[in-house]
Amino acid sequence: MHNPDKKTREPLFHIVKRDRISLRKSLLIRVVATVSAMLLCTLLAYVLIGEKATPAKFLSQFFQGVFGTSRRTWIFGRDTAMLLCLALAITPAFRMRFWNLGADGQALIGALASVFCMFFLGGRIPNGLLLVISLAASVVAGAVWALLPAIFKALWGTNESLFTLMMNYIATNLVMFSITKWFYPGKDSMKEMEHGHLPQVLNEYLLVILIVLALTTLMFIYLYHTKQGYEISVVGESENTARYVGINVGKVTVRTLLLSGAICGLMGFLQVSAFDHSVTAQSIGGLGFTAIMVSWLAKFNPFIMIGTAGLIAFLQRGGQQISTAFDVNDAIPNIFIGIILFFIIGCEFFINYQIKFRASQRSKGGSAK
Amino acid sequence: MNMLLTYLLCAVSLGMTFLYGSTGEIITEKVGHLNLGTPGVMCVGGMCGCFAIDIFRDMLPPVLLVTVAILACFLGGSLMGLIYSFLTVSLHTNQNVTGLAMTIFGAGLSKYGMYNLTKELLDGGATGSEAQTSFLDATKYFRYPFANNEKLQYCGVMFFLAILIALVAAWILKRTRLGLHLRAVGENPATADAMGINVTAYKYGATCIGCGIAALGGLYYAMDYAGTAGAYKDIEALGWLSIALVIFALWRPQLSIIGSTLFGLLYVASAYLPTLFGWKLPQHATYLFEMLPYVVTILVLIVTSLRKKRENQPPASLGLSYFREER
Repeated sequence: MHNPDKKTREPLFHIVKRDRISLRKSLLIRVVATVSAMLLCTLLAYVLIGEKATPAKFLSQFFQGVFGTSRRTWIFGRDTAMLLCLALAITPAFRMRFWNLGADGQALIGALASVFCMFFLGGRIPNGLLLVISLAASVVAGAVWALLPAIFKALWGTNESLFTLMMNYIATNLVMFSITKWFYPGKDSMKEMEHGHLPQVLNEYLLVILIVLALTTLMFIYLYHTKQGYEISVVGESENTARYVGINVGKVTVRTLLLSGAICGLMGFLQVSAFDHSVTAQSIGGLGFTAIMVSWLAKFNPFIMIGTAGLIAFLQRGGQQISTAFDVNDAIPNIFIGIILFFIIGCEFFINYQIKFRASQRSKGGSAK
Repeated sequence: MNMLLTYLLCAVSLGMTFLYGSTGEIITEKVGHLNLGTPGVMCVGGMCGCFAIDIFRDMLPPVLLVTVAILACFLGGSLMGLIYSFLTVSLHTNQNVTGLAMTIFGAGLSKYGMYNLTKELLDGGATGSEAQTSFLDATKYFRYPFANNEKLQYCGVMFFLAILIALVAAWILKRTRLGLHLRAVGENPATADAMGINVTAYKYGATCIGCGIAALGGLYYAMDYAGTAGAYKDIEALGWLSIALVIFALWRPQLSIIGSTLFGLLYVASAYLPTLFGWKLPQHATYLFEMLPYVVTILVLIVTSLRKKRENQPPASLGLSYFREER
């Protein structure tokens, strides 16, 4: 337009990859995305639930559900801790680009192993010994569940995401089989067991939260300050590079997945010994997928995961309160989590890329999605 | 013998759910997009179709009602596909993570939706234990040509539609220019771009159509095969099996017809095999039987990874996002 000789039309905007972005700006983009997603959820609730759920009531119920009473706050802490534990478990595998979609199954099989020990040994040996045996059984069971896909991936490159996924369903069916065969014949669920309870510190939640926080620190050190953690990063960046510098990719895969599965098993043990004292097919309840989101959103950094796990747990608890307060179906939390995830995943674009407009060459950062 | 026939028919008709899912997923994967959101898409599709029937139940004759339901389902799936392709194609997000988010969202939405269908549709005139959950009347419409034939009543319109779509998709992918371009985008988007193919348009188009087709699987399962509102619980697992089936079918819709029948045989085995062989199984043993499709899927994954033939590989750029200015 300005130049009459110019025949080709310049597009309205074009997209440029950013070299770097300031921490403040990237945080701002994420906050804008989260807040606008939350607004959309409020609006959606108004549409779905109707007159009752005015935005003000909706938000107040949402926060009430998470922080309303001290008990609710503790439960929020527990949910965050359990989600964080599972996210920590899958993180080493994901840093290696091993798509472990089977955290659910690995934790569930760990829980099943614990219940086995507690059901058959409970009352016959001291509680401390029982806990140690259950813990060992869970960790081994979880590790084995992750080991199978890892071995086939290392040997023949078998598709790991579908393999681990199928292992979830096998674990679910094994749990149902065990319940109907041994724990409570003829029923789908079992009674709470009396033995093998984890000792309480202050209340049933604090000890678990502390264990998971310790695990977070250990995982951070393992990933960022040890040789094995470094090897994982190299394999994740480029398998060929890893091979050239003499890293045995197959060995690293198997070793990392053993660790990953073992921590999943630990999560199953905590769930059984501290809270449920029983096992059902829904004991883990799809947390494995949400844990992937937690880990990925935090860029696989264990300390940032505390925040992202908190965000997801916040949505889950708040959403549950919404479904009880307004007497609607309990699928509401998952809808909210889905929407927020779309926004946060989408906003990564504005962090990694920059939109440059034709006329002014201004840069645009905000307005997520 | 009669039992065997029922088993086969039941397996084949369930298999069509897998066929819809895997055909849709194959089309999406052919342009290089691994869509782990397919289970969620199928859930949403089922819900949209049921809602369409719920709304137009009294206004339209059965033939139109079925058509409208299929269209609504396709549209709902395509909308989900649009979200997915906007995020992965335009915003270059990670495909696996986006897909998983879609599945979480879709499964939640469909559960919510299926609970909020009106009572009349759910009751469907049935009494006793089937009340509240079955769609007896609506299910009959979907069995249209053979609704009154006891043996063939499993094969309704959507049964034949599934096979038709799979064959047409196979033909388009293999024999037409459109299919050639589609495959070029999936193998190497940069080269396709240099050839003058509009990569973005192909990716959007194939993903939306693929998701629409996959969504039909959800409607088929909820309305035709299961005929209950509680079907939403199973659709997610069926969706994951459909994705696995793509590998089994070597990215060819025509092979997927055989594969989906096989998966159907395994999936309903726990209900038919014991009676067929006259075994008396206790309840707990059925859970071992229900593992069968998943165990076999794992075996299939292992076997296909063992045989590395050049023509049986996934599209080369599967799972990678394409940014023109990057090299």
